[in-house]
Order: sequence, then structure tokens, then C-alpha cells
Amino acid sequence: MSTPVISASALTRRFGDFTAVGDVSFEIEEGSIFGFLGPNGSGKSTVIRMLCGLLRPSGGSATVLGYDVVREGELVKRNIGYMSQQFSLYGDLTVEENLTFYARVYGLKRQAARDRIEEVVGIVGIDAYRKRQARQLSGGWRQRLALACALVHQPRLMFLDEPTAGIDPVARRALWNLLFDLSGRGITFFVTTHYMDEAERCSHVGYIYFSKLIVCGTPGELKQLPEVSPEGTVRVEVRCPRLPAAMRVLNTFEYVRDATIFADSLHALIETGAEDRLVTDLDAAGFGGAQTLVIPPTLEDVFVTLTRQRDEVRND
Amino acid sequence: MIRGFTSIVYKESIHVTRDPRSLFFMVIIPALQLTIFGYAIDLDVRNIPTVVYNLDGRAESRDLIDIFRNSDYFHIIDYVNSDEELQTAIVRGDAKVAVKIPPDYTDQLVRGGNTSIQVLIDGSDSTVAMQALNVANAIALRKSLAIVSNQLGNPARPPIEARPRVLFNPDMRTPNFMIPGLLAIVMQIVTMFLTAFAIVREKEQGTLEQLMVTPVSRLGLMLGKLVPFGIIGTVETTLVMCIMRFLFGVPIAGNLLVLAGFAMLFLFCALGFGLLISTLAQTQIQAIQFSVLIVMPSVLLSGFVFPQETMPLPIYIIGQFLPATYFVRILRGVILRGAGFAELWHQGVFLAIMGVLLITVSTARFRKTLA
Repeated sequence: MSTPVISASALTRRFGDFTAVGDVSFEIEEGSIFGFLGPNGSGKSTVIRMLCGLLRPSGGSATVLGYDVVREGELVKRNIGYMSQQFSLYGDLTVEENLTFYARVYGLKRQAARDRIEEVVGIVGIDAYRKRQARQLSGGWRQRLALACALVHQPRLMFLDEPTAGIDPVARRALWNLLFDLSGRGITFFVTTHYMDEAERCSHVGYIYFSKLIVCGTPGELKQLPEVSPEGTVRVEVRCPRLPAAMRVLNTFEYVRDATIFADSLHALIETGAEDRLVTDLDAAGFGGAQTLVIPPTLEDVFVTLTRQRDEVRND
Repeated sequence: MIRGFTSIVYKESIHVTRDPRSLFFMVIIPALQLTIFGYAIDLDVRNIPTVVYNLDGRAESRDLIDIFRNSDYFHIIDYVNSDEELQTAIVRGDAKVAVKIPPDYTDQLVRGGNTSIQVLIDGSDSTVAMQALNVANAIALRKSLAIVSNQLGNPARPPIEARPRVLFNPDMRTPNFMIPGLLAIVMQIVTMFLTAFAIVREKEQGTLEQLMVTPVSRLGLMLGKLVPFGIIGTVETTLVMCIMRFLFGVPIAGNLLVLAGFAMLFLFCALGFGLLISTLAQTQIQAIQFSVLIVMPSVLLSGFVFPQETMPLPIYIIGQFLPATYFVRILRGVILRGAGFAELWHQGVFLAIMGVLLITVSTARFRKTLA
């Protein structure tokens, strides 16, 4: 196995009495797209900032591309690409000028810079807007430009902090296709997101909740976690009318462990073999014509289940 | 190492040219300020509004009033006929000076006795009051001397006569004295604001965070920001000096190159202040507040308006830490007295030390990490 691109061990950051990140350990392998999920304020950005050398950890350690983030922060910075949460390019500079600026910041020589800019303009497909000022671009194009700027020095690893927040679905899809394309060229990605569909696309996923990393692994591994699908239970999708009312009823049945609404259906964790009973019980309760289908858990099921378990522990 | 220096200069130059309106204001506002203040600040007091209450009314008393009028310092606006009227004119602010001549004025003079005229001065404007006091004393003294020498029979000359010769600003024109100082203040304000805003704006916009994950060095970032504003500051200084020379007609006695050299040193300090503020302030509002904290003492304590010699010691000491203090001295030295490097180098040394110190402290304070 190759040495991990990122390795964090017991990484901790406190702000006064508040622990933003507590004891977070994980490893990320070369070539993966690591999706880092968690609610707002759970510590996602703090982890990224520590890994980029922007924030000093209060405890623990981490290496990025083999460099220690505390002692060799400047070496880390030279070799990674970083896209912060808010748009942080210069609005009054044109697309080309922003790229030229970043190329120079990373010390590219004039000709090398020109060649590389042509290359990244081609990769993100922003050629038509080269002479336009960055502030005149739409959200999706701004993100592409930010990505291009972060790519200009050919980093092997990129940190993207909520790259798709606030952009439309089409631009979101396009941006992800771009990430897959770049991943195919050997770049490792560390991406934070709120979107479950984006998480499903990642090769590895970590979930942080109240400053603690709860799980970390491939989506497939997470869905098979025993905490998510305990022995003797099965996850079913229930389709019936009046979902909110049906969910309340469902939660009263003793063989139902958990039930949540997912768009136009209910996902319920029930005892194995209770599917038929569920349909008849629902019928008796006035929800006739319900259909059930055994399904594997989605990532959202995984996170919702784990979050509930954590909350129960926290509340005890 | 100043890694990233040229890239920051490149970027900042684009910012400046892309915003011609700001550029216009950066250069024109100081010129405008200097012109307006230059006309407004005039400490030459002439034509002080004066009322006269003449209880005597004979030729001798009218003669005295003529001396007052002919001095150019007093402008007689009214003759009053009672103490109340006299009082009212002063309290209302119509007159700053009131002259009251007693009824026995002529009698006493003829008898060779002693008489006194009363001169009431409104002290609320100390400059005007001081001037009125001095001139009134001088008038009385001169008139007395004339009378005494008359009594001695021949027009005797006073035994001692001071023959002052005013060097360097022979007409004692206020603009010649004030405008070089004003130049220093205007230059400092504009340069400091520009620099402070340039960095604080990046904090507000979040672009600084992006910059901090690049290999740009702290010094590269700082100096890169200074260069474009240093150039603007130089252009503006030239413009403002032209206004001083050609609009206000202040002659420059010394060497222009010496002046330019010292001006560069002072700009360096002003830019340094701007940087320091940018490391302290998180928002542009805070930056303005910090700037005022530096501008106010620079105006009041640098010797630009009030002479430092009369300041209480602690305040005098504060003044010695302001670059403006040294630059005001340098400007007056070069422009009015024709002083050169030999006479002023020690003032320049302070500016150099202060500039280096400010840049060093700012760079040390500016971390490439958050919080």
C-alpha cells in the first residue's frame, strides 16, 4: 500500500473553551475523492484549515503530502490547491489576470505560466470568458475559475471547501464531472459538501458531527456497518399516501426500529420478515395499498442513523 | 526572501488602474485639500473690528484714534456713547476690541500728567487677542515716546533701538510657514489610508485567506502592496508641491533633490503606518478609527500648527515619536531656510529608523495563519 496523501492523528483544535475539532484521525490515499460531510459548524472547515497550514492544531498532528502541517506549513502550501468556502478571487481582475496572478504567486516563469494557463483554461473550459472581469461571472463559472486558479501550479492534492454551495444543479453536475476528469489525471481531492448525492459520488467519505469524526470509509463499507444495519433487521422503502401521518403510525409498531421520510417514500428499519405484517398493519390503520421494497441503506440512512445514535449517547 | 513580491505588484497595479475614479480621488483630493486649507489657514491678523468710546473728543484724542486706524490692524466699525453699548458690541461679537478714551485725556497730556486709555480685548480667539494686545501696547508706547522727546525740547532719538531683520520669510507670510507643514499632513493621510485599506479590504473579501495558502511571503505581500501606493504618493507629492510653489507662491529656497529624497523617506513611514493599521484592523471602519488616532496627533503635536517649544513635556515627547514632526522640520528647513542635507540629516535618520521599524513590526504582526 502506498503512503497516504493525508494522514491526521488525534487532530484537535480548541477556540478558548470551545472544541471545534476533537481527536480526529484518518488517512487518505492517493487518487481518491474524499468527501467530508457534516452539519454546519461541525468542524469541517477547521479541519481543512489545519491541513492547509492556515490554523495551528491545538493537539495531535497531521502530514499532508508527507509534510508536517505545523513545521513544514510553507511546503504544504506550495504543493496543494485550495478553494475556500466563499468566492475569493479578485472581482475587478479578468479571468486571465486572475490566472496570471496565481501563476506568478507560485513562481511560474513567464513562458511556463502562459502555457499552463492555456492548459487550465482548456481543462475547465472557460476560454470564452477570458477577458471578462471575475465579478461578472455567474456562480458556476466563478467556481470553475477558482478551480483553475487552484490548479495553475499543478498540485497533486486539492482542498475544496463546499465548492458547490449556492450554484445551480446544472453547474453542480458540470463541476463534479470536472472533478472526476481531474481525478482521472491523478489529483487527489478533499471535498466538503452538504449534498448526499455528491457524497455518493466520492470514493471515500468521512462524517464529522459535533467536532468528532464518526465514520470514515468507502460508501459501500459505511452502508454495511453493523450499527447502521443491525443483525435481524432489514431496510425497506414504503410507498403509500399521506407520508407524514403514515410515519407517525409506523413509529408505533413494535417491529419498526426507525422511520424517516425520503422524498416520496418512507425508509424504515424493521425486523427481518416483518414486511408483510407492515403492509397489513398499515392497511388496518387506514393507509391502504402500501408497497414495500427491501433496499440497501443510502448514505443518508447511514448518517441519519449514526447521528441519532450519537444524540442518544449525548443525551444520556 | 520576498517571494511573491512581483506578483502582488502586478495585481495591485491592475486594481489601481481598473478603478479610475478612486485613482482620481487619490490624486485630486489632496490637491484640493491643500488649496482649501492653504487659503483658510491664515494667521495674519488684520482689520480687527474695533469700537471706540471717546469721552474726550478733542483733537489729541482724535489723533490717537487715527493712529489706531492707520496701523491697519484695527478697523473701526462704530463710535459708541456709553459703557453699555461698548459692552454689548464685544459680547455680541461685533467687535473684538474696544478703545475707551477718558474725558480728561487731553487735559492730562497738556498738563504733563499721566493718563490711561482702556483697551478691552475679546480673548476668545487667542491669536487675534494676542495681536491686538501687542499692537495696542506698541501704539501707546510710541505715542508716549513722541510726547516725552517733545518735552525734552529736541526730537531726541531713543537711546536703544532694535533693528530686527526677519530672515527667510521676510514678509512673514503665513502661507510660507503653514503650507509646507500642510503638505506633510496631507501626504501622510492619503498614503496611510490607501495602504491600510488595501489590505483590510482583502480581509473583508476573504481573498487574504486564499493568499495565505499560497507561497507568498509576508514581506513580499507587504512590499508588493507598498510599491503602487508609493508611486501614487510620489505623483501626489509632486502635484501638491507644484500647487504650493505656483498657486501660493511659496519660494523653495533649498535643493529640490534634497526635498525629494526626504519626501521619499517620509512616504516610507506613512506607508508603514498604513501597514501597521492593516494588521490591527479587521474592517475598513476600524481602519478609519485607527487612522484618526494617528492623524490627530500628527496635526496637533508635530509643530505644524502649534509650536512644540511651548508644549508640556509629556506631550512634547509624544510629538517626538511622530514622523510628521521631523518632516515638518525638514520641509520648513529646505523650503524656507534653504537648508541642505548637512543641516537636516539627523531628522532624516529618524524617519529612516521609524520607517524600517514600522515595516518590521507590521510584518512580524502579520501572520500567515488565522487566529
